[in-house]
Amino acid sequence: MARFCLKHLLALTITLAVVSFLVFALNEFSPGDVARKILGAYATQEQVAHLTQEMGLDRPVIVRYVEYLGKVAAGDLGFSTRFKVPVREIIWDRLRNTLVLAAIAFALIVPVSMVLGVLAGMREGSWLDRAILVFSTVSASVPEFAMGVFLASIFVVGLGWLPGTATLVAGGGWSVASQFVLPVAVIVLYDAGYVVSMIRASMVEVMQRPYIRTAVLKGMAFRWVVLGHALRNAMINPVTVICLQISYLISGVVVVETVFAYPGFGRMMLEAALFKDIALIEAGALVAVGVAISTQILGDLAYMLLDPRIRA
Amino acid sequence: MTPPLVDSATVQPVALPRARVAPLGLRALGRGLLRVTESRAATIGLVIVLLWVLAALLAPVLSPYPPNANDFGAVASPTPSRAHWLGTDHLGRDILARILWGARTVLTVAPLAVLGATLLGALVGLSAGYYRGWVDLVLSRAGDIILTFPVIILYMIVLAAFGSSAGNIIAVLTLTKAPIIARIVRGLTLELREREYVAAAKMRGESGLYIMVAEILPNARGPLLVDMCLRMGYTIVLIGVLGFLGIGLPPPDPDWGGMVKDTYGMMSVWPHMSLYPCAAISSLVIGFNLLAVGLREIALRD
Repeated sequence: MARFCLKHLLALTITLAVVSFLVFALNEFSPGDVARKILGAYATQEQVAHLTQEMGLDRPVIVRYVEYLGKVAAGDLGFSTRFKVPVREIIWDRLRNTLVLAAIAFALIVPVSMVLGVLAGMREGSWLDRAILVFSTVSASVPEFAMGVFLASIFVVGLGWLPGTATLVAGGGWSVASQFVLPVAVIVLYDAGYVVSMIRASMVEVMQRPYIRTAVLKGMAFRWVVLGHALRNAMINPVTVICLQISYLISGVVVVETVFAYPGFGRMMLEAALFKDIALIEAGALVAVGVAISTQILGDLAYMLLDPRIRA
Repeated sequence: MTPPLVDSATVQPVALPRARVAPLGLRALGRGLLRVTESRAATIGLVIVLLWVLAALLAPVLSPYPPNANDFGAVASPTPSRAHWLGTDHLGRDILARILWGARTVLTVAPLAVLGATLLGALVGLSAGYYRGWVDLVLSRAGDIILTFPVIILYMIVLAAFGSSAGNIIAVLTLTKAPIIARIVRGLTLELREREYVAAAKMRGESGLYIMVAEILPNARGPLLVDMCLRMGYTIVLIGVLGFLGIGLPPPDPDWGGMVKDTYGMMSVWPHMSLYPCAAISSLVIGFNLLAVGLREIALRD
């Protein structure tokens, strides 16, 4: 166990270092210099020169990168030129908002896709299987922004049951809770479709194993064969996929956040990228990758707990 | 597919088994299409995809107006009419024309990106699986690092740094999708490199590159083909998403995601402006995904 943790922590640190350097270098080697990117096309040459000197941009990349790492380690993430506040004042707020949205969606995705995936996979080729397969394929095919537009045109424009934006500010007669319905629905429909097909495939494979046939032939009730024998083995492969969804939910919800004007992490990154807010991009990339790797480790842990064969 | 087992002690040099590769050509293509009809999902998917390909090819003939022409007379009532079958957008541009021309854009950029990713991924996966050792270690680690990066965030950073153009989008998609394909190909290669026809090729003195490309790759094409269909679906979604986020193909040329981005703010008044492009992209992706599901079914049946 200690070796497992050590190994993964090492991998985490190395990946974070590589990623932070890549993002740092990317801003460095892309056309145009950093000060010009921050100030925009209409700044004078003197202004650019002034900012270059002020930020110490005339020194080598490696020196500045090491300096940057030192600052990050001390908790100083820099100043956001887009939002005109220190990065740490905005990034955690936005991350928390996104975590709330992602947590609600995740809490729905897991049970929904488990039930549908197992129902579909336990009798391959049955009408229930076909129906669930078609439904999950279609719902995973419709891009999130399109799903958002479809749902909004029905429930916001057509029926007027729900608000079309989720700004987290109660207003216009809509509560904050009602603002969550559509964003969550879009995420669940899109993501569950994918997870269902993974669980179904795994379940189909498990149901063909000899021990399942033995259980059926010895007269065990089909329900208990599924619940008692198949379920655990069928969840081994999908559990890593499910954990990967957490990472997707943190950064992938940017589309949903944009559709519904939700003040989340992804939209913050989008604005930062569009406004060339370099400090915020770098900090955000670090956070996003950190979350991604942590969830991977979580997935590996869950995998180990479910499958005793690979416990080291 | 497995060649007959040959005892290496008794084998004659002239009788070395070669990889069995189905001939590529019109007849093979015809037979492939015939096999697709074995699965209803694949058939429906193929029909949808072919319809869109046809629409893209014939866009200059079919589309009633140029995609960027403004009909300012229609701006006051942009809803579908006899002059504009699907209506116009807020700038008076015909939506049917823009959807047809948008099909051209997406069906050019997406296949190029998928092809690039498949070529790069196949090369990396073949090398990693065939040479193993440190080559495998370096290539797999590099792929892992790319894969841990949340894709959308990566696009934002790269496209914000380098600006967005069709070329940049294809390059970024190629680079980020290649590791997934490399992983699949590597797994297949690890298995295929132990086959007799590979040993035979080695004995004939063929180079590593020849063995990888001519002996191993053709036998890995089944799973690759299914993956390419899935990959097309994902890539079309991503191109749409990039357009929707405003970091996709530069305006004014029509791109389905960009059309939605420009108009979804007016949904409460003119929902048709965003609904039609959304329906277009959804149907195309559904087509590719049904095709992938069906192809996998057919492959599993064998």
